[in-house]
Amino acid sequence: MLAAQRARALMLHGAVKPVLFGMLLLPFFWLLYATLTNQLGANPAEALIRASGDWTLRALCLVLALTPLRVLTATPALGRLRRMSGLFVYFYAVLHLLSYSGFDMGFELADIAKDIAKRPFILVGFSAFVLLTLLAATSFNRAIRWLGGKRWQGLHRLVYVVSGLAMLHFFWMRAAKHNYAEVLVYAAILASLLGWRVIRFVKQRRSR
Amino acid sequence: MRINTSRDGFLHPLASGITPQTVYEERRDLIKLMAGGVAGAAMASWASRVALAQGATTRPGKLAALAGAKSGVSGAVTMEKLTEYKDVTSYNNFYEFGTDKADPAQNAHTLVTSPWTVEVEGLVKKPARYTLEDLLKLSAQEERIYRLRCVEGWSMVIPWVGYSLRELIRKVEPLGNAKYVEFVSQADPKTMPFVGSRVLDWPYVEGLRLDEAMHPLTLLSFGMYGEVLPKQNGAPVRLVVPWKYGFKSGKSLVKIRFTEKQPATAWNKAAANEYGFYSNVNPEVDHPRWSQATERRIGEDGLFAKKRKTLMFNGYEAQVGQLYAGMDLKKLI
Repeated sequence: MLAAQRARALMLHGAVKPVLFGMLLLPFFWLLYATLTNQLGANPAEALIRASGDWTLRALCLVLALTPLRVLTATPALGRLRRMSGLFVYFYAVLHLLSYSGFDMGFELADIAKDIAKRPFILVGFSAFVLLTLLAATSFNRAIRWLGGKRWQGLHRLVYVVSGLAMLHFFWMRAAKHNYAEVLVYAAILASLLGWRVIRFVKQRRSR
Repeated sequence: MRINTSRDGFLHPLASGITPQTVYEERRDLIKLMAGGVAGAAMASWASRVALAQGATTRPGKLAALAGAKSGVSGAVTMEKLTEYKDVTSYNNFYEFGTDKADPAQNAHTLVTSPWTVEVEGLVKKPARYTLEDLLKLSAQEERIYRLRCVEGWSMVIPWVGYSLRELIRKVEPLGNAKYVEFVSQADPKTMPFVGSRVLDWPYVEGLRLDEAMHPLTLLSFGMYGEVLPKQNGAPVRLVVPWKYGFKSGKSLVKIRFTEKQPATAWNKAAANEYGFYSNVNPEVDHPRWSQATERRIGEDGLFAKKRKTLMFNGYEAQVGQLYAGMDLKKLI
């Protein structure tokens, strides 16, 4: 019991946020370093597109894990980390979109537009990005005040839609090689995080 | 009077007419030295072209040597810059060893390539079981520098060593009703860890129409970069069909079968709408999930360089275009 209290107290420490910030930047700096020192293998462009996508998905898992962790461990301090983690999802999503647009499409807007219209898995990924942009754009305090808490919360539930779209995007990409092992891992993580919310919602309604 | 031409081969009635090997090798050294820039930049570019044309690819020094003479087949030696050996041997699609392109280089060491036999069977007059040694000396080894275009949208330039598959086909004498050739790759779950995974049906089967298989550019390959094939590249014997997407070129072949019916090929069985039987490189026919109009040349184009345009039949249209005369290449993919 004492240990749990200590852990809770530790999460309130002022250094938690900066430390998490630094940790979430590590993949970015590693990719930058690996690019500059030519450590990304024979096809660095492909490696960057994939790695930025992977990290978007990982950050998404983290942000969705915060609330279940906060409730299950009764550590309210975890709630403070949501906005920053969510913005890191957007940060890696931006890197992902930029790598695709730049390395794959040579920043040709017409080609990108054609590609989005033509390939369902790109369309799905791009839709997820548009929704994430909406969430990132309304992530600051004034936006919450301006929208009102209820409406803001409703809007930010779109992150559940984003996780569905992101999984579909990833699944479709891997479907080519019938290579579902990693897809299943992420699907299981996201499904349990979302499933926990559904169960909590149902329980809360019953107890009312 | 007897007139000797190049068709008579390498005739030397007098032993004294043969250049001693030491002198011959000195000449090579001289050319290589010049390629190194000693004779000045202008001469160096000429010399490096000569060195390349002689099949004097620098050996990486990793595996046993397998030299090939410069090929005289039309289109068989592109002058493009070779892809680095390191990239060609670390970025592979060889699903028997894993689906990630880094997997084969890590896992293929378990493949046992000796002893190795290739069964040639089906609709032929002389079916036979060839040992690798038989195959190696069945015809003169040539060096062929081909472009390789993967269906995934990347490409390489690789100096293969081997000979036209048709040399073997002629030996076994296909029967009149033989219309297709099927190529079966090794599928040993004990030495190939991903055989049995549900990605594809095993063994890996590929196929060509008989006239495609008889085309001089269709190469039965035993080596690359002047050495025997590394395991991750399909040792000890593989096919290389340069005008088709890479997956049409079966690796680590154990069976070559002549059939009347079009073979059921691995990727076609896995996703018929995405991978047709012909799978000729065609910038105008997109893969259902991505464009085939451009490609990334591995190791050459910088990270921010634009991708290069993909050429019809991977640039071998002059040589192979007539094989498909009258065929609707937009439909028969």
